[in-house]
Amino acid sequence: MSKNVLVLADVRDGELRNVTLECLAAGTTAAEGGTITVAVFGSNGKDLVEKLAHFGADQVLLVTNSELDQYSTDAFFQAFKAVIDKVNPDVILTGHTAVGRDVSPRIAARLDIGMVSDCTAVALTEGRLTFTRPIYAGKAFVKKAFKEGAVLATLRPNNIPALEKDTGLSATVEELTVELPADSIRTLVKELVRKASEGVDLSEARIIVSGGRGVKSSEGFKPLQELADVLGAAVGASRGACDADYCDYALQIGQTGKVVTPDLYIACGISGAIQHLAGMSNSKVIVAINKDPEASIFSVADYGIVGDLFEVVPMLTEEFKKLLAES
Amino acid sequence: MNILVCLKQTFDTEERIAIEDGQISEEGVEFVVNPYDEYAVEEAIRLRDEHGGEVTVITIGPERAEQAIRTAMAMGADKGIIVDDEDLEAPDENSIAKILASVINDLEYDIILGGYMAVDDGSAQVGPRLAELLDIPHIATITKLTVDGDTVEVEKDVEGDIEYIQSKLPLLVTAQQGLNEPRYPSLPGIMKAKKKPLERMDIEDLDIDEDELEGRTETLETYLPPAKEAGKILEGDLDVQAKELVQLLRSEAKVI
Repeated sequence: MSKNVLVLADVRDGELRNVTLECLAAGTTAAEGGTITVAVFGSNGKDLVEKLAHFGADQVLLVTNSELDQYSTDAFFQAFKAVIDKVNPDVILTGHTAVGRDVSPRIAARLDIGMVSDCTAVALTEGRLTFTRPIYAGKAFVKKAFKEGAVLATLRPNNIPALEKDTGLSATVEELTVELPADSIRTLVKELVRKASEGVDLSEARIIVSGGRGVKSSEGFKPLQELADVLGAAVGASRGACDADYCDYALQIGQTGKVVTPDLYIACGISGAIQHLAGMSNSKVIVAINKDPEASIFSVADYGIVGDLFEVVPMLTEEFKKLLAES
Repeated sequence: MNILVCLKQTFDTEERIAIEDGQISEEGVEFVVNPYDEYAVEEAIRLRDEHGGEVTVITIGPERAEQAIRTAMAMGADKGIIVDDEDLEAPDENSIAKILASVINDLEYDIILGGYMAVDDGSAQVGPRLAELLDIPHIATITKLTVDGDTVEVEKDVEGDIEYIQSKLPLLVTAQQGLNEPRYPSLPGIMKAKKKPLERMDIEDLDIDEDELEGRTETLETYLPPAKEAGKILEGDLDVQAKELVQLLRSEAKVI
Protein backbone atom coordinates (compact mmCIF):
# COMPACT_ATOMS: atom_id res chain seq x y z
CA MET A 1 0.00 0.00 0.00
CA SER A 2 1.48 3.31 -0.99
CA LYS A 3 2.51 5.67 1.76
CA ASN A 4 2.85 9.36 2.23
CA VAL A 5 6.47 10.12 3.13
CA LEU A 6 7.85 13.30 4.64
CA VAL A 7 11.57 14.07 4.73
CA LEU A 8 12.91 16.99 6.75
CA ALA A 9 15.89 18.38 4.84
CA ASP A 10 19.10 19.03 6.71
CA VAL A 11 20.69 22.22 5.44
CA ARG A 12 24.08 23.39 6.54
CA ASP A 13 25.63 26.66 5.33
CA GLY A 14 23.00 26.86 2.63
CA GLU A 15 23.87 23.41 1.27
CA LEU A 16 21.87 20.22 1.47
CA ARG A 17 23.63 17.61 3.53
CA ASN A 18 24.03 14.24 1.85
CA VAL A 19 21.96 12.55 4.50
CA THR A 20 18.90 14.29 3.06
CA LEU A 21 19.48 12.54 -0.27
CA GLU A 22 19.94 9.29 1.67
CA CYS A 23 16.58 9.92 3.37
CA LEU A 24 15.04 10.34 -0.09
CA ALA A 25 16.38 6.93 -1.09
CA ALA A 26 14.98 5.35 2.09
CA GLY A 27 11.79 7.32 1.54
CA THR A 28 11.44 5.79 -1.91
CA THR A 29 11.61 2.32 -0.35
CA ALA A 30 9.04 3.31 2.26
CA ALA A 31 6.67 5.12 -0.08
CA GLU A 32 5.86 2.12 -2.30
CA GLY A 33 4.80 4.51 -5.00
CA GLY A 34 3.33 7.14 -2.68
CA THR A 35 4.27 10.79 -2.59
CA ILE A 36 7.55 11.96 -1.11
CA THR A 37 7.46 15.48 0.28
CA VAL A 38 10.58 17.26 1.47
CA ALA A 39 10.28 20.12 3.93
CA VAL A 40 13.03 22.72 3.70
CA PHE A 41 13.38 25.34 6.42
CA GLY A 42 15.07 28.70 5.99
CA SER A 43 15.09 31.62 3.60
CA ASN A 44 17.19 30.05 0.81
CA GLY A 45 15.15 26.85 0.49
CA LYS A 46 14.10 27.43 -3.10
CA ASP A 47 17.72 27.09 -4.29
CA LEU A 48 17.60 23.46 -3.20
CA VAL A 49 14.41 22.38 -4.93
CA GLU A 50 16.02 21.23 -8.17
CA LYS A 51 18.55 19.00 -6.46
CA LEU A 52 15.86 17.48 -4.22
CA ALA A 53 13.76 16.69 -7.28
CA HIS A 54 16.69 15.06 -9.05
CA PHE A 55 17.15 12.73 -6.10
CA GLY A 56 13.54 11.66 -5.71
CA ALA A 57 11.39 14.39 -4.11
CA ASP A 58 7.89 14.71 -5.62
CA GLN A 59 6.94 17.78 -3.66
CA VAL A 60 8.96 20.43 -1.83
CA LEU A 61 7.45 22.39 0.98
CA LEU A 62 9.31 25.59 1.81
CA VAL A 63 9.03 27.24 5.19
CA THR A 64 10.98 30.42 4.61
CA ASN A 65 10.89 32.21 7.97
CA SER A 66 14.30 33.77 8.60
CA GLU A 67 14.05 32.49 12.21
CA LEU A 68 14.75 29.09 10.66
CA ASP A 69 18.09 30.09 9.11
CA GLN A 70 19.71 29.27 12.43
CA TYR A 71 18.59 26.11 14.20
CA SER A 72 16.69 26.45 17.43
CA THR A 73 14.70 23.57 18.88
CA ASP A 74 11.46 25.48 19.44
CA ALA A 75 11.40 27.19 16.02
CA PHE A 76 12.19 23.97 14.17
CA PHE A 77 9.71 22.05 16.31
CA GLN A 78 6.86 24.43 15.45
CA ALA A 79 7.70 24.45 11.75
CA PHE A 80 8.09 20.66 11.69
CA LYS A 81 4.79 20.21 13.51
CA ALA A 82 3.04 22.57 11.07
CA VAL A 83 4.44 20.63 8.11
CA ILE A 84 3.32 17.33 9.62
CA ASP A 85 -0.17 18.70 10.24
CA LYS A 86 -0.35 19.75 6.59
CA VAL A 87 1.17 16.66 4.95
CA ASN A 88 -0.26 14.10 7.36
CA PRO A 89 2.56 11.65 6.57
CA ASP A 90 2.63 7.92 7.26
CA VAL A 91 6.42 7.95 7.39
CA ILE A 92 8.72 10.75 8.59
CA LEU A 93 12.45 10.57 7.93
CA THR A 94 15.35 12.87 8.69
CA GLY A 95 19.08 12.66 9.39
CA HIS A 96 20.49 11.54 12.72
CA THR A 97 22.36 14.83 12.89
CA ALA A 98 22.53 17.69 15.39
CA VAL A 99 19.19 18.90 14.00
CA GLY A 100 17.36 15.63 13.38
CA ARG A 101 18.18 13.98 16.66
CA ASP A 102 17.35 17.15 18.61
CA VAL A 103 13.93 18.00 17.23
CA SER A 104 12.57 14.56 16.27
CA PRO A 105 12.19 13.07 19.76
CA ARG A 106 10.11 16.09 20.78
CA ILE A 107 7.90 15.54 17.74
CA ALA A 108 7.58 11.86 18.68
CA ALA A 109 6.57 12.79 22.22
CA ARG A 110 4.05 15.39 21.05
CA LEU A 111 2.46 13.04 18.51
CA ASP A 112 2.67 10.15 20.97
CA ILE A 113 4.38 7.94 18.41
CA GLY A 114 7.40 5.69 18.27
CA MET A 115 10.73 6.69 16.86
CA VAL A 116 13.74 4.71 15.76
CA SER A 117 17.00 6.64 15.91
CA ASP A 118 20.23 6.36 14.01
CA CYS A 119 19.18 3.77 11.43
CA THR A 120 21.68 2.23 9.07
CA ALA A 121 19.20 0.41 6.83
CA VAL A 122 15.54 0.65 5.91
CA ALA A 123 13.78 -2.25 4.22
CA LEU A 124 10.36 -3.51 3.31
CA THR A 125 10.05 -7.03 4.71
CA GLU A 126 6.82 -8.84 3.89
CA GLY A 127 5.00 -5.56 3.58
CA ARG A 128 6.36 -4.25 6.87
CA LEU A 129 8.79 -1.37 7.09
CA THR A 130 11.83 -2.40 9.15
CA PHE A 131 14.68 -0.34 10.48
CA THR A 132 18.14 -1.63 11.32
CA ARG A 133 20.17 0.23 13.88
CA PRO A 134 23.34 -0.38 15.86
CA ILE A 135 23.22 -0.77 19.62
CA TYR A 136 26.19 -0.68 21.97
CA ALA A 137 27.80 1.59 19.36
CA GLY A 138 27.78 -1.18 16.78
CA LYS A 139 28.80 -4.13 18.94
CA ALA A 140 25.34 -5.48 18.06
CA PHE A 141 22.42 -4.57 15.83
CA VAL A 142 18.65 -4.63 16.16
CA LYS A 143 15.94 -4.72 13.56
CA LYS A 144 12.93 -2.69 14.63
CA ALA A 145 9.41 -2.04 13.41
CA PHE A 146 6.52 0.17 14.45
CA LYS A 147 3.41 -1.19 16.11
CA GLU A 148 0.96 1.51 15.07
CA GLY A 149 0.77 5.19 14.30
CA ALA A 150 3.06 7.22 12.10
CA VAL A 151 6.60 6.02 11.54
CA LEU A 152 9.42 8.36 12.55
CA ALA A 153 13.08 7.54 12.05
CA THR A 154 16.42 9.33 11.93
CA LEU A 155 19.01 7.91 9.56
CA ARG A 156 22.71 7.75 10.22
CA PRO A 157 24.65 9.66 7.56
CA ASN A 158 26.70 7.63 5.08
CA ASN A 159 24.87 4.31 5.31
CA ILE A 160 21.98 4.26 2.86
CA PRO A 161 23.13 5.05 -0.67
CA ALA A 162 21.39 7.97 -2.37
CA LEU A 163 19.52 7.26 -5.61
CA GLU A 164 21.18 7.94 -8.96
CA LYS A 165 20.68 11.56 -9.87
CA ASP A 166 17.99 11.94 -12.54
CA THR A 167 17.97 15.43 -14.04
CA GLY A 168 14.74 14.62 -15.86
CA LEU A 169 12.77 14.72 -12.62
CA SER A 170 11.00 17.73 -11.21
CA ALA A 171 9.00 18.51 -8.09
CA THR A 172 6.07 20.73 -7.27
CA VAL A 173 6.86 23.55 -4.87
CA GLU A 174 4.69 25.06 -2.24
CA GLU A 175 5.32 27.62 0.47
CA LEU A 176 3.97 27.22 3.94
CA THR A 177 3.67 30.14 6.30
CA VAL A 178 4.34 29.36 9.92
CA GLU A 179 3.94 31.86 12.71
CA LEU A 180 6.88 31.82 15.07
CA PRO A 181 6.23 34.36 17.83
CA ALA A 182 9.45 35.50 19.52
CA ASP A 183 8.30 34.37 22.96
CA SER A 184 7.69 30.82 21.68
CA ILE A 185 11.42 30.36 21.17
CA ARG A 186 12.70 29.57 24.61
CA THR A 187 16.36 28.95 23.82
CA LEU A 188 18.17 31.83 22.19
CA VAL A 189 21.29 31.15 20.12
CA LYS A 190 23.52 34.17 20.70
CA GLU A 191 26.52 33.06 18.73
CA LEU A 192 27.76 30.17 16.65
CA VAL A 193 31.49 29.53 16.59
CA ARG A 194 32.68 27.33 13.75
CA LYS A 195 35.32 24.95 14.88
CA ALA A 196 34.50 21.96 12.73
CA SER A 197 34.73 23.94 9.49
CA GLU A 198 38.50 23.71 9.72
CA GLY A 199 38.21 20.15 8.51
CA VAL A 200 35.88 17.60 7.02
CA ASP A 201 32.90 16.60 9.19
CA LEU A 202 33.65 13.28 10.91
CA SER A 203 30.17 11.78 10.72
CA GLU A 204 29.91 12.30 6.97
CA ALA A 205 33.56 11.79 6.01
CA ARG A 206 34.28 9.17 3.37
CA ILE A 207 37.79 8.74 4.69
CA ILE A 208 39.03 9.19 8.26
CA VAL A 209 42.62 9.32 9.46
CA SER A 210 42.62 8.67 13.17
CA GLY A 211 45.29 8.89 15.84
CA GLY A 212 45.75 7.24 19.23
CA ARG A 213 48.18 7.40 22.10
CA GLY A 214 50.93 6.48 19.66
CA VAL A 215 50.67 9.98 18.23
CA LYS A 216 52.32 11.11 21.48
CA SER A 217 51.46 14.85 21.39
CA SER A 218 49.23 17.39 19.72
CA GLU A 219 52.17 18.08 17.39
CA GLY A 220 52.07 14.40 16.48
CA PHE A 221 48.71 14.90 14.76
CA LYS A 222 50.41 17.02 12.08
CA PRO A 223 51.48 14.17 9.78
CA LEU A 224 47.96 12.71 10.15
CA GLN A 225 46.44 16.04 9.16
CA GLU A 226 48.76 16.19 6.14
CA LEU A 227 47.64 12.73 5.04
CA ALA A 228 44.01 13.71 5.62
CA ASP A 229 44.45 16.86 3.52
CA VAL A 230 45.77 14.86 0.59
CA LEU A 231 42.84 12.44 0.82
CA GLY A 232 40.15 15.02 1.59
CA ALA A 233 39.68 13.10 4.82
CA ALA A 234 38.58 14.01 8.34
CA VAL A 235 40.88 13.56 11.34
CA GLY A 236 39.64 11.56 14.31
CA ALA A 237 41.14 10.25 17.53
CA SER A 238 40.85 7.53 20.15
CA ARG A 239 39.84 8.19 23.74
CA GLY A 240 43.47 7.66 24.74
CA ALA A 241 44.57 10.57 22.57
CA CYS A 242 41.74 12.79 23.82
CA ASP A 243 42.28 11.93 27.49
CA ALA A 244 45.98 12.71 27.06
CA ASP A 245 44.94 16.13 25.69
CA TYR A 246 46.57 15.62 22.29
CA CYS A 247 43.35 16.79 20.66
CA ASP A 248 39.82 18.02 21.28
CA TYR A 249 37.09 15.67 22.53
CA ALA A 250 35.10 16.60 19.43
CA LEU A 251 37.41 14.25 17.53
CA GLN A 252 36.82 11.23 19.74
CA ILE A 253 35.64 8.07 18.03
CA GLY A 254 34.29 5.22 20.12
CA GLN A 255 31.41 4.09 22.28
CA THR A 256 31.77 7.40 24.06
CA GLY A 257 32.34 9.89 21.28
CA LYS A 258 31.34 9.43 17.67
CA VAL A 259 30.48 6.26 15.85
CA VAL A 260 31.71 6.39 12.29
CA THR A 261 31.35 4.22 9.20
CA PRO A 262 33.54 5.72 6.49
CA ASP A 263 34.66 3.87 3.35
CA LEU A 264 38.22 3.99 4.63
CA TYR A 265 39.46 4.28 8.20
CA ILE A 266 43.19 4.66 8.75
CA ALA A 267 44.07 3.99 12.41
CA CYS A 268 47.48 5.35 13.37
CA GLY A 269 49.03 4.43 16.70
CA ILE A 270 45.70 3.16 18.03
CA SER A 271 45.89 0.00 20.12
CA GLY A 272 42.22 -0.89 19.63
CA ALA A 273 40.43 -0.82 23.00
CA ILE A 274 36.98 -2.43 22.76
CA GLN A 275 35.24 0.88 23.23
CA HIS A 276 37.18 2.36 20.28
CA LEU A 277 36.54 -0.65 18.05
CA ALA A 278 32.82 -0.24 18.72
CA GLY A 279 33.01 3.22 17.21
CA MET A 280 34.77 2.34 13.96
CA SER A 281 34.80 -1.39 13.22
CA ASN A 282 31.83 -1.11 10.85
CA SER A 283 33.90 1.05 8.52
CA LYS A 284 34.08 -0.52 5.06
CA VAL A 285 37.87 -0.80 4.87
CA ILE A 286 40.20 -0.45 7.85
CA VAL A 287 43.93 0.16 7.74
CA ALA A 288 45.95 -0.17 10.93
CA ILE A 289 49.41 1.24 11.48
CA ASN A 290 50.96 0.29 14.80
CA LYS A 291 54.39 -0.51 16.18
CA ASP A 292 53.00 -3.37 18.25
CA PRO A 293 52.15 -6.41 16.10
CA GLU A 294 49.96 -7.72 18.95
CA ALA A 295 47.76 -4.59 19.04
CA SER A 296 44.11 -5.61 18.87
CA ILE A 297 43.40 -3.01 16.17
CA PHE A 298 44.92 -5.53 13.74
CA SER A 299 42.08 -7.95 14.50
CA VAL A 300 39.60 -5.67 12.73
CA ALA A 301 41.97 -4.32 10.09
CA ASP A 302 41.75 -5.29 6.42
CA TYR A 303 45.31 -4.13 5.90
CA GLY A 304 47.99 -3.72 8.52
CA ILE A 305 51.43 -2.20 8.60
CA VAL A 306 53.57 -2.97 11.63
CA GLY A 307 55.76 0.07 12.03
CA ASP A 308 56.26 3.52 13.47
CA LEU A 309 53.46 5.81 12.35
CA PHE A 310 55.88 8.75 12.15
CA GLU A 311 57.76 6.85 9.44
CA VAL A 312 54.81 5.19 7.71
CA VAL A 313 52.28 8.04 7.57
CA PRO A 314 54.51 10.52 5.66
CA MET A 315 55.39 7.73 3.21
CA LEU A 316 51.69 7.07 2.65
CA THR A 317 51.07 10.77 2.14
CA GLU A 318 53.71 10.82 -0.59
CA GLU A 319 52.39 7.66 -2.25
CA PHE A 320 48.79 8.94 -2.23
CA LYS A 321 49.97 12.26 -3.67
CA LYS A 322 51.63 10.41 -6.53
CA LEU A 323 48.62 8.17 -7.12
CA LEU A 324 46.12 11.01 -7.07
CA ALA A 325 48.32 13.12 -9.36
CA GLU A 326 48.23 10.29 -11.92
CA SER A 327 44.49 9.90 -11.95
CA MET B 1 17.91 24.89 43.77
CA ASN B 2 16.17 21.62 43.05
CA ILE B 3 18.28 19.63 40.65
CA LEU B 4 17.17 16.37 39.08
CA VAL B 5 19.41 13.95 37.23
CA CYS B 6 18.06 11.12 35.10
CA LEU B 7 20.54 8.32 34.79
CA LYS B 8 20.79 4.83 33.40
CA GLN B 9 22.91 1.92 34.42
CA THR B 10 24.69 0.49 31.38
CA PHE B 11 27.28 -2.10 30.45
CA ASP B 12 30.84 -0.95 30.98
CA THR B 13 32.12 0.23 27.59
CA GLU B 14 34.92 -2.34 27.70
CA GLU B 15 32.38 -5.19 27.77
CA ARG B 16 31.97 -7.46 24.78
CA ILE B 17 28.45 -8.31 23.70
CA ALA B 18 27.09 -11.85 23.58
CA ILE B 19 23.62 -12.95 22.51
CA GLU B 20 21.68 -15.70 24.22
CA ASP B 21 18.17 -16.76 23.19
CA GLY B 22 17.97 -13.77 20.91
CA GLN B 23 18.74 -11.32 23.72
CA ILE B 24 21.85 -9.50 24.86
CA SER B 25 23.34 -11.60 27.65
CA GLU B 26 24.04 -9.88 30.95
CA GLU B 27 26.01 -12.76 32.36
CA GLY B 28 29.22 -11.70 34.06
CA VAL B 29 28.81 -8.16 32.79
CA GLU B 30 30.14 -5.24 34.76
CA PHE B 31 27.66 -2.37 35.03
CA VAL B 32 28.48 1.30 35.34
CA VAL B 33 26.66 4.61 35.36
CA ASN B 34 26.18 5.52 31.69
CA PRO B 35 29.31 7.67 31.05
CA TYR B 36 27.25 10.57 29.63
CA ASP B 37 25.02 10.50 32.72
CA GLU B 38 28.12 10.66 34.88
CA TYR B 39 28.85 14.11 33.41
CA ALA B 40 25.29 15.08 34.32
CA VAL B 41 25.74 13.90 37.93
CA GLU B 42 29.02 15.78 38.25
CA GLU B 43 27.50 18.97 36.82
CA ALA B 44 24.50 18.66 39.14
CA ILE B 45 26.74 18.38 42.19
CA ARG B 46 28.73 21.44 41.10
CA LEU B 47 25.51 23.41 40.58
CA ARG B 48 24.29 22.48 44.06
CA ASP B 49 27.62 23.34 45.66
CA GLU B 50 27.47 26.76 44.00
CA HIS B 51 23.78 27.59 44.41
CA GLY B 52 22.65 25.38 47.29
CA GLY B 53 19.74 22.98 47.16
CA GLU B 54 19.51 19.29 46.50
CA VAL B 55 20.43 16.77 43.83
CA THR B 56 17.96 13.93 43.26
CA VAL B 57 18.95 11.11 40.91
CA ILE B 58 16.25 9.10 39.19
CA THR B 59 16.63 5.82 37.38
CA ILE B 60 14.44 3.14 35.88
CA GLY B 61 15.78 -0.37 36.09
CA PRO B 62 15.99 -3.70 37.85
CA GLU B 63 17.35 -4.40 41.33
CA ARG B 64 20.97 -3.95 40.24
CA ALA B 65 20.29 -0.33 39.17
CA GLU B 66 20.52 0.67 42.84
CA GLN B 67 24.28 0.39 42.45
CA ALA B 68 24.24 3.22 39.89
CA ILE B 69 22.20 5.41 42.24
CA ARG B 70 24.61 4.65 45.11
CA THR B 71 27.55 5.59 42.89
CA ALA B 72 25.92 8.95 42.11
CA MET B 73 25.26 9.39 45.84
CA ALA B 74 28.88 8.56 46.62
CA MET B 75 29.89 11.29 44.19
CA GLY B 76 27.64 13.66 46.14
CA ALA B 77 24.01 13.36 45.05
CA ASP B 78 21.57 13.72 47.97
CA LYS B 79 18.61 11.49 47.18
CA GLY B 80 17.57 8.77 44.81
CA ILE B 81 14.49 7.32 43.18
CA ILE B 82 14.34 3.94 41.44
CA VAL B 83 11.36 2.90 39.39
CA ASP B 84 11.35 -0.87 39.11
CA ASP B 85 10.97 -1.90 35.49
CA GLU B 86 10.42 -5.65 35.99
CA ASP B 87 6.70 -5.36 35.19
CA LEU B 88 7.38 -3.41 32.05
CA GLU B 89 7.09 -5.42 28.88
CA ALA B 90 9.45 -4.46 26.06
CA PRO B 91 9.62 -0.75 26.90
CA ASP B 92 10.96 1.73 24.36
CA GLU B 93 11.83 5.41 24.55
CA ASN B 94 8.14 6.30 24.73
CA SER B 95 7.75 4.18 27.87
CA ILE B 96 10.86 5.51 29.59
CA ALA B 97 10.16 9.17 28.88
CA LYS B 98 6.58 8.84 30.16
CA ILE B 99 7.63 7.09 33.35
CA LEU B 100 10.21 9.79 34.04
CA ALA B 101 7.67 12.52 33.28
CA SER B 102 5.18 10.89 35.62
CA VAL B 103 7.73 10.74 38.47
CA ILE B 104 9.01 14.25 37.83
CA ASN B 105 5.55 15.81 37.63
CA ASP B 106 5.26 15.18 41.36
CA LEU B 107 8.61 16.79 42.16
CA GLU B 108 9.78 20.37 42.46
CA TYR B 109 12.59 21.15 40.06
CA ASP B 110 14.55 24.02 38.55
CA ILE B 111 16.77 22.07 36.23
CA ILE B 112 16.93 18.51 34.92
CA LEU B 113 20.15 16.97 33.68
CA GLY B 114 20.96 13.74 31.90
CA GLY B 115 23.44 12.33 29.43
CA TYR B 116 22.69 13.12 25.80
CA MET B 117 22.52 9.40 25.10
CA ALA B 118 23.13 6.07 26.75
CA VAL B 119 26.04 4.02 25.48
CA ASP B 120 23.83 0.93 25.12
CA ASP B 121 20.75 1.93 23.09
CA GLY B 122 22.31 5.19 21.95
CA SER B 123 19.03 6.56 20.68
CA ALA B 124 19.38 10.04 22.25
CA GLN B 125 15.60 10.33 22.54
CA VAL B 126 14.65 10.27 26.20
CA GLY B 127 15.96 13.75 27.17
CA PRO B 128 14.13 15.72 24.45
CA ARG B 129 11.01 13.51 24.77
CA LEU B 130 10.92 14.14 28.51
CA ALA B 131 11.29 17.90 28.05
CA GLU B 132 8.39 17.88 25.61
CA LEU B 133 6.20 15.89 28.00
CA LEU B 134 7.03 18.33 30.80
CA ASP B 135 6.53 21.28 28.43
CA ILE B 136 9.91 22.81 29.20
CA PRO B 137 12.73 23.71 26.79
CA HIS B 138 15.79 21.53 26.41
CA ILE B 139 19.32 22.02 25.20
CA ALA B 140 21.19 18.90 24.14
CA THR B 141 24.90 18.03 24.03
CA ILE B 142 26.07 20.83 26.30
CA THR B 143 29.75 21.32 27.12
CA LYS B 144 29.38 24.26 29.51
CA LEU B 145 26.64 25.39 31.87
CA THR B 146 26.30 28.57 33.93
CA VAL B 147 23.24 29.46 36.00
CA ASP B 148 22.66 32.97 37.31
CA GLY B 149 19.27 33.56 38.93
CA ASP B 150 16.87 32.02 36.47
CA THR B 151 19.10 32.77 33.48
CA VAL B 152 21.06 29.89 31.99
CA GLU B 153 24.03 30.24 29.65
CA VAL B 154 25.08 27.14 27.80
CA GLU B 155 27.69 26.08 25.31
CA LYS B 156 26.29 23.42 23.04
CA ASP B 157 28.35 21.09 20.87
CA VAL B 158 26.92 20.99 17.36
CA GLU B 159 28.92 18.33 15.56
CA GLY B 160 32.15 20.05 16.54
CA ASP B 161 30.92 23.65 16.31
CA ILE B 162 29.86 25.57 19.42
CA GLU B 163 26.60 27.42 19.93
CA TYR B 164 26.30 29.90 22.78
CA ILE B 165 22.74 29.66 23.97
CA GLN B 166 20.75 31.55 26.56
CA SER B 167 17.64 30.21 28.21
CA LYS B 168 15.67 30.34 31.43
CA LEU B 169 14.83 27.89 34.18
CA PRO B 170 13.13 25.47 34.30
CA LEU B 171 15.20 23.74 31.68
CA LEU B 172 16.39 20.27 30.72
CA VAL B 173 19.96 19.88 29.49
CA THR B 174 21.80 16.81 28.23
CA ALA B 175 25.52 16.37 28.72
CA GLN B 176 28.11 15.91 26.02
CA GLN B 177 31.63 14.74 26.66
CA GLY B 178 33.84 17.65 27.70
CA LEU B 179 31.24 19.17 30.06
CA ASN B 180 33.40 18.34 33.06
CA GLU B 181 35.68 15.75 34.58
CA PRO B 182 33.51 13.51 36.79
CA ARG B 183 34.99 12.96 40.24
CA TYR B 184 35.76 9.55 41.65
CA PRO B 185 33.67 8.71 44.70
CA SER B 186 35.74 9.14 47.87
CA LEU B 187 35.75 6.50 50.59
CA PRO B 188 33.78 8.70 53.03
CA GLY B 189 31.47 9.47 50.11
CA ILE B 190 30.86 5.76 49.57
CA MET B 191 30.15 5.26 53.29
CA LYS B 192 27.71 8.18 53.36
CA ALA B 193 25.97 7.02 50.19
CA LYS B 194 24.77 3.86 51.92
CA LYS B 195 22.63 5.92 54.27
CA LYS B 196 21.20 8.44 51.83
CA PRO B 197 17.45 8.23 51.19
CA LEU B 198 16.37 6.03 48.30
CA GLU B 199 12.76 5.76 47.25
CA ARG B 200 11.62 2.67 45.39
CA MET B 201 8.61 2.83 43.15
CA ASP B 202 6.69 0.38 41.02
CA ILE B 203 4.91 1.14 37.78
CA GLU B 204 1.59 0.77 39.65
CA ASP B 205 2.60 3.63 41.96
CA LEU B 206 2.57 6.02 39.02
CA ASP B 207 -0.43 8.02 38.00
CA ILE B 208 -0.37 6.75 34.44
CA ASP B 209 -2.33 4.33 32.32
CA GLU B 210 -0.31 1.21 31.49
CA ASP B 211 -1.34 1.39 27.81
CA GLU B 212 0.42 4.74 27.67
CA LEU B 213 3.66 3.05 28.64
CA GLU B 214 3.57 0.42 25.95
CA GLY B 215 6.46 0.54 23.50
CA ARG B 216 5.41 2.18 20.25
CA THR B 217 8.11 0.21 18.49
CA GLU B 218 9.18 -3.41 18.76
CA THR B 219 12.45 -5.22 18.29
CA LEU B 220 12.16 -8.01 15.75
CA GLU B 221 15.70 -9.25 15.93
CA THR B 222 18.94 -8.69 17.83
CA TYR B 223 22.17 -9.90 16.25
CA LEU B 224 25.92 -9.49 16.20
CA PRO B 225 27.69 -8.00 13.20
CA PRO B 226 29.49 -10.60 11.08
CA ALA B 227 32.93 -11.33 12.49
CA LYS B 228 35.68 -9.71 10.54
CA GLU B 229 38.00 -11.99 8.65
CA ALA B 230 41.67 -11.64 9.41
CA GLY B 231 43.19 -8.91 7.31
CA LYS B 232 46.45 -8.75 5.41
CA ILE B 233 49.54 -7.74 7.34
CA LEU B 234 51.99 -6.33 4.85
CA GLU B 235 55.66 -7.24 4.87
CA GLY B 236 58.97 -5.91 3.63
CA ASP B 237 60.62 -2.51 3.92
CA LEU B 238 58.26 0.20 5.14
CA ASP B 239 58.47 2.25 1.94
CA VAL B 240 57.60 -0.85 -0.10
CA GLN B 241 54.69 -1.56 2.24
CA ALA B 242 53.44 1.99 1.90
CA LYS B 243 53.49 1.65 -1.91
CA GLU B 244 51.75 -1.71 -1.78
CA LEU B 245 49.07 -0.44 0.60
CA VAL B 246 48.21 2.50 -1.61
CA GLN B 247 47.93 0.16 -4.62
CA LEU B 248 45.75 -2.30 -2.67
CA LEU B 249 43.42 0.46 -1.53
CA ARG B 250 42.98 1.49 -5.13
CA SER B 251 42.79 -1.80 -7.00
CA GLU B 252 41.59 -4.34 -4.42
CA ALA B 253 39.57 -2.37 -1.85
CA LYS B 254 38.62 0.31 -4.42
CA VAL B 255 38.22 3.05 -1.82
CA ILE B 256 40.66 5.58 -3.32
